[in-house]
Amino acid sequence: MSWITARRRRPAAGYAVLLLGLIIIGVGYAALTTQGSPASAANPGVVSSQTIAQGKNLFELSCSSCHGVNAGGTSQAPSLVGVGAAAVDFQMSTGRMPAKDIGPQVPEKPVTFTTQQIHAIAAYIASLGGGPTIPSAAQVSPAGADTALGQSLFITDCAQCHNFDGAGGALTNGKYAPALNRATPTQIYEAMLTGPEAMPVFSDTTITPAQKRDIIDYITRLRAEPNPGGFSLGRIGPVTEGIVGFLGGIGVLIFFAMWITMKRRGNHDETAES
Amino acid sequence: MSEIEPGRPLPPGEAGEAQEAEQTRVPRRVIGTPSPAQARTLLADPEANGEPPAPRELPAGPDDPAVAKTAERIVAACFVLSMLASIGFIAAYVGLEVHSVDATLRSNLALGLSMGIAFMAIGAGATIWVRSIMPDVEQVEERHPLASTTQERAAFAKTFKEGAEASGFVKRPLLRRTLIAASVPLAVAPLVILRDLGPLPGTSLRHTVWRKGMRMVVFGPNTPLRAADFSTPGQMITVAPQGWAENQDVMAKAATIIIKFAPGELIPDRPGSPGTVMNWTVDNIVAYSKICTHVGCPAALYEQTTHHILCPCHQSTFNAAQGAQVTFGPAPRPLPQLPIGTDSQGFLIATSDYRVPVGPSFWELGASGFRGGNE
Repeated sequence: MSWITARRRRPAAGYAVLLLGLIIIGVGYAALTTQGSPASAANPGVVSSQTIAQGKNLFELSCSSCHGVNAGGTSQAPSLVGVGAAAVDFQMSTGRMPAKDIGPQVPEKPVTFTTQQIHAIAAYIASLGGGPTIPSAAQVSPAGADTALGQSLFITDCAQCHNFDGAGGALTNGKYAPALNRATPTQIYEAMLTGPEAMPVFSDTTITPAQKRDIIDYITRLRAEPNPGGFSLGRIGPVTEGIVGFLGGIGVLIFFAMWITMKRRGNHDETAES
Repeated sequence: MSEIEPGRPLPPGEAGEAQEAEQTRVPRRVIGTPSPAQARTLLADPEANGEPPAPRELPAGPDDPAVAKTAERIVAACFVLSMLASIGFIAAYVGLEVHSVDATLRSNLALGLSMGIAFMAIGAGATIWVRSIMPDVEQVEERHPLASTTQERAAFAKTFKEGAEASGFVKRPLLRRTLIAASVPLAVAPLVILRDLGPLPGTSLRHTVWRKGMRMVVFGPNTPLRAADFSTPGQMITVAPQGWAENQDVMAKAATIIIKFAPGELIPDRPGSPGTVMNWTVDNIVAYSKICTHVGCPAALYEQTTHHILCPCHQSTFNAAQGAQVTFGPAPRPLPQLPIGTDSQGFLIATSDYRVPVGPSFWELGASGFRGGNE
């Protein structure tokens, strides 16, 4: 304590306390808002009527208040007839559904349902009106994919919104394209197939299943790329780099300039602090 | 003699002459040294007039020897750190390979880090040296007048006048005029060179390679697309004119996005109310230029819920359902709509070129270019 007491009135003490406070808030916020990774989706098993009945039960308990008793939709949420099992699996395995509240966009959350429960609900929704099915592990595997073609397609049709590095970006009225860092290959495939929320649909007749695997391969390879300089800075390009350059680099220079010219304690005409 | 800087001895041959010149003008001073007006020296000179040494202006040692002792160690540590970092820089430059992207990243990191530490440690050491070891004395330095003396200015005016007369510039008009004649074309030459920034684009800004009957291919795999294969509302894809996808000069103008709408979503073009030209669509599939009409970024952030097309550069927003009319942002006109149809095999084709110029608006565009949709 005496160490602090002796130094608390130094000119730099205020800056030091401010900096310390900012660091504590930043680290604390980052620690508290970290989300769990979504559960990985397994292959859909054989759909039995029992599974569909279980899915119907779960749907009525957790989803029907917004989506309607027979998934017909209400004023709050759209009809799910015909959206397909893939859409249900994408929305639930990323934790987006069930939604907590209706905002411009439903954010990712920790997943509250097991994979088996999600697949049961997906089977029930599929039984109402068909739609895209959940892809198998082989369908989404990037093994043997053409990464170069994947890059070409990603840069042309995905990077506008999701950033050339898959870091995501802002859209209009509070909507945003999410980062692709944590999405599983299955989720990426399902998102292209079903076009969740504002995302356009990239059906299998436009972007073939093989091309979807190429895109998945490119996205997953991007994550393994090294970060120049050792820091990713969110991988969103010049914005964060500029902020770090200005606030960090110039801040350090200002600190040095202030330090060099700072008045020393206890010089000739001042009494030293007791 | 005491004004002469001890750290700057004059060459023996020129010493006397230079000193004489010095004394006729403003006495030479170096920034940071005491004013010669007070005739003080930094180093005591016992031979000077046999006077006793002037009283000491700076303390001989630091204010606090104990602090200085600690600071000395820190400064020395900084300098040693800098030395090691510099050696590390040399080692990294010599030792690290740069023949792959990963290796170059590592090399850059090592070089930048070591050089940064080398400079920063010297700077930090010097600052600590000054702040904690050197005595802390404030000094006031008087500013000397900047103007030359009256005699010097008169002498310069006289020299200039005499020189002008001696050169014959006034008396010999032939020389004067030919010199001026020589400088004029020299000044014009850069203007002639600037002309080569051209040639002017002519009509090339008004056309793309899209022609009647030309198939649209999905950009990337470059496969043609049937209208029946583009049947889910909410679909969007970037297409290229068949055979041109690899040509970047062509694609800079011809890049096109096609969007599939649900029946009834498109807002048709009507007199007085611009919208989508329905004759240029097929099964609610509509094609727009991908090149933003503001400054030419690829505008293809498509929100299938709101039918907004956004440009990522300056947030221009276009309503894709209503002929890509501008709803927000700096774009001055809608994204041009490409007339499309299907051929006998059901593949999507263009039925003509764009009817208005695509891309950034330009001076000669004319008013017709600003009316989206129907001309």
